[in-house]
Amino acid sequence: MNSGLLDWKKYIIVFFITVFLFMTAVYLSNYFGSRKIAELKSIQDQIAINILSSETEFSLLSELSCKNTSGLALSDELDELGRKLEWGESNLGNDDEVAYLKKYYSLLEIKDYLLQKKISARCGTKAAFILYFYTNREYCGECERQALTLSLLRDKYRELRVYSFDFSIGLSAVDAMINIYKIKDTKLPAMVVDDDVMTGFHGIEELEAKVTKSFEL
Amino acid sequence: MENIPVFVFQIFVFLSVYVQVFLFVTFLENRGGLTVRRGGTVLSKYPFVTVIVPAYNEERTIYKTVRSLLGINYPKEKLKIFLVDDGSTDGTWRALCRFSHYSNIKLFRKENGGKHTALNLGLEHTETEFFGCLDADSIAHPESLVRIMSYFEEDASLMAVAPSVTIYNPKNFIQNIQTVEYYMGVYMKKMFGFMGAINVTPGPLTIFRKKVFDDLGPYRHAHNTEDMEIAYRMQKNYYKIGHCHDAYVYTSSPSTLEKLFRQRLRWIYGFINNTIDYRDVIFKKRYGNFAFFTLPTGIISVIAVGFLFGKIIYNVGAFLHSKFIYFQTAGLNLSAMTGAFDPYFFSAKTPFFLMAIIYFIVLFSILFGRKISEDRWKFSPEMLYYFPIFALIAPFWILKAVWNTIFSVVPVWK
Repeated sequence: MNSGLLDWKKYIIVFFITVFLFMTAVYLSNYFGSRKIAELKSIQDQIAINILSSETEFSLLSELSCKNTSGLALSDELDELGRKLEWGESNLGNDDEVAYLKKYYSLLEIKDYLLQKKISARCGTKAAFILYFYTNREYCGECERQALTLSLLRDKYRELRVYSFDFSIGLSAVDAMINIYKIKDTKLPAMVVDDDVMTGFHGIEELEAKVTKSFEL
Repeated sequence: MENIPVFVFQIFVFLSVYVQVFLFVTFLENRGGLTVRRGGTVLSKYPFVTVIVPAYNEERTIYKTVRSLLGINYPKEKLKIFLVDDGSTDGTWRALCRFSHYSNIKLFRKENGGKHTALNLGLEHTETEFFGCLDADSIAHPESLVRIMSYFEEDASLMAVAPSVTIYNPKNFIQNIQTVEYYMGVYMKKMFGFMGAINVTPGPLTIFRKKVFDDLGPYRHAHNTEDMEIAYRMQKNYYKIGHCHDAYVYTSSPSTLEKLFRQRLRWIYGFINNTIDYRDVIFKKRYGNFAFFTLPTGIISVIAVGFLFGKIIYNVGAFLHSKFIYFQTAGLNLSAMTGAFDPYFFSAKTPFFLMAIIYFIVLFSILFGRKISEDRWKFSPEMLYYFPIFALIAPFWILKAVWNTIFSVVPVWK
């Protein structure tokens, strides 16, 4: 007779060991995911404090001097946060939390945009702004290319500030900008450069010419 | 709907972990019976054994194979060697004739009919209590036969005992990664042996009681995998198969990817079709672990590899597409592709941790397979990259075997 008689107990024990390992993996995944979310929150909080501080500092100093305005730039931190949020959207799995953080990020971008515009206008510092609208609700190959182009352009011109907004984010402040510039979801990607709305993909040479001309970089 | 592939993927990962844990628990249960014998083994009684060497166009390897049998630690008068030339078109017969003067060697020559016909010819002339085959591209360790026979001496209910097969003299990259695979094979075969669930009695020196063939009939064509079919038949008839981990046989391995593909295609095709032929065995309690573990594990592997291959192709396609978009947009400007390392971007998804668990257990099984194959714990770099490389190339022969099964294309031997 065959010695391979079924040992049900072993099959069940192995099942529970496997479930335990599976749960451990889920726990570790959640643990590290939470840490990443916490990291995002921490960066956001820091940026929020910095913006508030910048706004306050700017209000205090506005009548006196424009000397220290270079310290008020936060574009690198915002850029880092943007990249991490984008990665988090497809890799962290905690959709609600990431979506919430993304809204918060969009608000910080708007606040930074308004502040930097004010500084630029009052102190006459060189600065260029692009508002960029994209979507990831559906596949948008041109959005991927446009984001890459803007990233390359930003690397070339340190004075250039690019603010990216998810068209479908569902945040009233972003919706207000969409309404102001009459952006339509059928014409994404869209950019606002010096109050001109540009839709569809635009290559780096074209954008560079537009930006340098508009902002005299 | 879009979550279905993720769910299916997690099921496959869960089952993969289950299989590895099951084997590991089997190891823990039986770790006391895994010592490797050193020096000569002595039996209280040496039964007569016939070993058949079927050969088809093996002029380059047959000499060493037969010499290894002649040098085996077993009384010469108790060991009969049948050399069967299965209609070779090269110098195999000439090579065999060099052994015609040995009193315990008998030569046969027949028209080509396939390995199973050569074995059956030998079986017809076998008068001994034990019978075995040694593939003409394999070399038996001097202690292999006597160690196998010691298993029969200890357990009268054993009907067949398989040896540990490892690669003979690996020379290139393809053979080195197969060496690692064979170490893992030794571990798995031993665990399957403990579970009474072995599904292949390999051509290199599995020894049977002749009664197996007297009761169950001769070898069959069995989709060119007669050594698998006879194991299935034995399992179906409750004939016990063991594994002697310290009986070593060294086999030649495919030296090119193309040869490896052909060999594995035949094996997987054989597995699929023999399993279809014996489908009434699956999940039948009376057939034990063979029905509940070995066969389902193999079936799940075939399905999972097909699914995972689709996923890999999709991911590779998405990666290449993103790179295409990059170069289309930025040309050869690499500045946007590079950046400082940030642990934030390190994946922490559940399957990552589960794959890490599987990887560690597989690595252990390879190391332990080597331990019982060579009696030493030794790590080699191939152990690290064997797993991802086979994960990439195995789907090709598995999917081709599925294709051949569906469209009834029978793979050839050589």
